[in-house]
Amino acid sequence: MVQFSLWDIFTFLLGALRWTVALSLIAFVGGGLVGMGLLLLRFTKLHGVATAVAWYVQIFQGTPLLMQLFLVYFGLALLGMDTSPMVSAAICLTLYASAYLTEIWRGCVNAVHKGQWEASTSLALSYTQQMRYVILPQALRVAIAPTVGFMVQIIKGTALASVIGFVELTKAGQMISNATYQPFLAYTFVGLLYFALCYPLSWWSQRLENRRLA
Amino acid sequence: MTEPQNPPFALVDIGGLHKSFGPTEVLKGIDLQVSRKEVVCIIGKSGSGKSTLLRCINGLETFEKGSLCVDGQPLRHGDANAMRALRQQVGMIFQSFNLFPHLSAGRNVMLAPTLVKDIPKDEARTRAQALLERVGLGPFFDRMPDQLSGGQQQRVAIARALAMDPTVLLCDEITSALDPELVGEVLQVVEMLANEGMTLILVTHEMAFARKVSDRVVFMHLGLIHEAGTPDDIFNRPQTAELRQFLSAL
Repeated sequence: MVQFSLWDIFTFLLGALRWTVALSLIAFVGGGLVGMGLLLLRFTKLHGVATAVAWYVQIFQGTPLLMQLFLVYFGLALLGMDTSPMVSAAICLTLYASAYLTEIWRGCVNAVHKGQWEASTSLALSYTQQMRYVILPQALRVAIAPTVGFMVQIIKGTALASVIGFVELTKAGQMISNATYQPFLAYTFVGLLYFALCYPLSWWSQRLENRRLA
Repeated sequence: MTEPQNPPFALVDIGGLHKSFGPTEVLKGIDLQVSRKEVVCIIGKSGSGKSTLLRCINGLETFEKGSLCVDGQPLRHGDANAMRALRQQVGMIFQSFNLFPHLSAGRNVMLAPTLVKDIPKDEARTRAQALLERVGLGPFFDRMPDQLSGGQQQRVAIARALAMDPTVLLCDEITSALDPELVGEVLQVVEMLANEGMTLILVTHEMAFARKVSDRVVFMHLGLIHEAGTPDDIFNRPQTAELRQFLSAL
């Protein structure tokens, strides 16, 4: 039997951590872009559009991420698209993040005083100008802390991509555990690495929040 | 209510205006014509529909029945472009100032002209500076709103509205949120505008001011125009019991 040193285990997991980070970044950036688009739709007065966005959010918030991953993975295959686990996970987490981010940001836009809408309306600004120059700059200040906080949720969410076969940190931990017969040791390492990734973000989010309230 | 001294063409022409919030009817058929360069003050108890009427004129509120024309153009709620065209003509100043808190005083004034009228930044800046000087705030271009007193903020709001070159300016209780010692500086600016021939429609609780600047005072009661006339008529010779009661309660 091949022996693995702790260093071997650690470096192997560190390699897989890169994929966790990559998937998180894709989901965060992609989810942010899609979420921003949805946010703009959410506040138009177009008939039915806001309701459609609200349902989109509810569907992603009301079902387990694991199930969403399965649906995207097998759904894309059903549509004849030959997708890798990486692409499926990226698409799924992007949609998932977009739903949550648009909802977080909706709350932040609602926190902007109604008078700001009225004043900018009275100055004949168009909806997109109002959003771009008046509402979003103010909502942004409120949004930074919860947005950074949500990034932690995304990072932890990427662990589920292991079930469709994507080799990120959790899947790598599983492989190590199978090879070494030391599951506790393997998953302890995995846990520590997640914590090392998430804790600074939580700390930063907390600090931003405190500074905003100060 | 056409008065003989008014020219036949009204800048703001409101006819049979009805407005409800749910089951509550707040405007029950308003007829009001405001001529160019006229200064009209709307007075009345809170809940009489004064502010709602004002907010209908620039489309911040929709209404169910009646007509509303500004400079001959009927108000069309469904049409975003028509509403933006209307709002370039109708400026509004609010009780709570509503300055954009993330922009300096000068940038508050510059924003709409650069975005809506495509005026180049340099020119907009020069004009904003001139407008701030006009309201007595020349040195405050770079101050943020939270570094200004209420009276100063409201004067920036006036400059911001003037930057769009409106033909009529709506003032919705613009001194009600101010400390008493700051009311004067804002009213002074409004009076200056009135003297320069700006068309003004003001909802106000400042009766002395209404008496001084108005060409016409309109008393609203329970969603209707109850009495209207010159300041002299309204304040010295009230015709109805409701107006007498309102004036005596002040």
